[in-house]
Amino acid sequence: MDTMPSPATGSGAGQLPGPLSRQLSGAPAEPLTDDQLRELYSLMVAVRHLDTSAIAWQRQGLIPGYAPELGQEAAQVGSGYAVDTTRDFVFPTYREMGVARAMGVDMVAYMSTHKATWHGGLYNPLESRLAPIQAVVGGSVLHAVGWAHGQTLSGIAGTNTDGTAGVAMTYFGDGASSQGDVHEAMNFAAVMRAPVVFFVQNNGWAISVPTERQVAGGSVAARAAGYGMPALQIDGNDVVAVVEATRRAFAHARAGNGPVLIEAMTYRRGPHSTSDDPGRYRSLNDERDDAGEDPVERFRKRLLADGVADESFFAEALAAAKTEEEHIRAGIQALGPRPGMEMFDLVFQETTPALQAQAASWREESEHV
Amino acid sequence: MSNAILESGAAMADRAPRHGVEELSMQQALNLALDEVLAENPKTLVFGEDCGRLGGVFRITDGLQAKYGTGRVFDTPLAESGILGMSAGLAMAGFHPIPEVQFDGFAYPAINQIVCQIARMNYRSRGTMPMPVTLRVPSFGGIRAPEHHGESLEALFAHVPGLKVVSPSNPHEAYHLLKYAATRPDPVIFMEPKSRYWQKGEVTFDSADPAGSAAGGPPTGAKVMREGRHVTLIAWGAMVARCLQVAGLAAEDGIDVEVLDLRWLKPIDAAALAASVRKTRRAVVVHEAPLTSGLGAEVAQLITQSCFDTLKAPVERITGFDVPYPSGDLEDEYIPNIDRILFGIQRVLEYRRG
Repeated sequence: MDTMPSPATGSGAGQLPGPLSRQLSGAPAEPLTDDQLRELYSLMVAVRHLDTSAIAWQRQGLIPGYAPELGQEAAQVGSGYAVDTTRDFVFPTYREMGVARAMGVDMVAYMSTHKATWHGGLYNPLESRLAPIQAVVGGSVLHAVGWAHGQTLSGIAGTNTDGTAGVAMTYFGDGASSQGDVHEAMNFAAVMRAPVVFFVQNNGWAISVPTERQVAGGSVAARAAGYGMPALQIDGNDVVAVVEATRRAFAHARAGNGPVLIEAMTYRRGPHSTSDDPGRYRSLNDERDDAGEDPVERFRKRLLADGVADESFFAEALAAAKTEEEHIRAGIQALGPRPGMEMFDLVFQETTPALQAQAASWREESEHV
Repeated sequence: MSNAILESGAAMADRAPRHGVEELSMQQALNLALDEVLAENPKTLVFGEDCGRLGGVFRITDGLQAKYGTGRVFDTPLAESGILGMSAGLAMAGFHPIPEVQFDGFAYPAINQIVCQIARMNYRSRGTMPMPVTLRVPSFGGIRAPEHHGESLEALFAHVPGLKVVSPSNPHEAYHLLKYAATRPDPVIFMEPKSRYWQKGEVTFDSADPAGSAAGGPPTGAKVMREGRHVTLIAWGAMVARCLQVAGLAAEDGIDVEVLDLRWLKPIDAAALAASVRKTRRAVVVHEAPLTSGLGAEVAQLITQSCFDTLKAPVERITGFDVPYPSGDLEDEYIPNIDRILFGIQRVLEYRRG
């Protein structure tokens, strides 16, 4: 395909050759156990099933919209799986359902944003270690830098290399890599040696604009060199490669060595959102030619070939995914609108007389209280 | 970095609180307020462009890095969106950032982070991630500065749900309002009238509002700076001093002018506006920002709402014009001057119905 650089092939953490990857410190991560590999597969199947179901929910009128992550299961599950939710913090955009699921976030609370219940979702970000869902691409990248610098200032990170520091991971795509905030964030993080992992999902498309019309030079990872930051460009459709690269990046940042950028090469196999019509900018033939092998199917074949899992395991995983989706669907269906007073009560910690007056007027004239 | 960087501030916390009255410039009063805030709360951080070693281009942060270390008072790269975005992240991590945008016009590059992020994070996160960010912005005109160094952004910020906006008019207000703003759990845009940085005035330390009804209480709401019977002048920031000057001149002609310092531009103290104008029955609002959709319109509406039956004349607005802020040679033509404010007073005094 010609819309983005070819993904690295094979297993293991693919990476840019040469000095960039050598800058990345930290011991190689322990290889994944068979249990972990099976867990990763189960997560990917759960995410795939929920993702495709959510599109159906939208078509059925259960939710007004959804931004599918079809094809990005390996990149999302693999990176989210590497997060230590006892100390790390993740800053998503609006297409990180797989990350949230891998981190163990309550999925009814997460999917509530797509039910139009509450913009940021109903999950507690502090307990989930996942910042609220973010509609401005690149908007939360700087927040990760601030949060990470806060870890340094608290003395948790920086001086100690015993692996106790909290690391911030922030997600953005090839499209958001054009945002000025992303570049300010990379520069700030590198200047301050903040423990940040910049996780780029290069999925080939920013709605209708292909990477070649978005990213000068074709690689977001290559930009890290300008900030003196190590980078890994990896096969984002290989879940094992993603886990290993993310773990290496976390180890590097946790040890006080500053930020790391990971560019996971993947492909947005679906539309940008349930309102999008990819037929206006790419053909089905393009999709077939460019998408590469389905990451879930690819991982299934690998587990089968390596003797890690068998057909009965795959069937169990799918059955579990279906049960889980039914449970989440029921939870979403049961979600009513939030009390209207929350519009007023959640603006400030300390409300204002004007806002109280507006709330009183709303209650009187709309709620007839 | 080490814990020592942060603990150096805690060691200062046992400093004796100030008492009595001191003559200070606004720059000194703001510097002292930051000093005390840093001493009292180890989670406060002061940063921005040139805020560290240099002490800021206006020296508001002078000496603070030497006292509290490079962890708590620091220079950032030159990128305003970065400064404010980092502030949001630091607030998420439990800090109370007090960033500085070097000049008002440089807040524009940070609007996305201020409006889309800081102002909304408490709401988006359902109150779990408050944004106690006190953004200091040297504001307004009057110093013959280059372009983008004399902007009046209060209406823009006041229009954004989730932000609070305040502007001090003298050293006493600067000290107390900054100390108060920097202990709030919500984002506050703190607009410092840069033309008044070097004017001295008495700072009474023990009480923010010794003469007010809320003596000893927090400096919330507006404040009557001069009592009068015939007309109320409403202003904030640097325009308060000008209105007091005007009141002195008007008194020579037997016109008794009340001057109300609005202080908080969001929330606006509607009760104080009503109390003053019910008494004087005439109002003139003065601001440096352009006329159209300026806060003068908001103030006029609040007065109309509460005083419609008693008003003797429509509320007058004496403001900047709907033009880009002009170069220094023309700024005296732009900023409301004494004559224009006096004309406004004359119009409301001479107004006859029908």
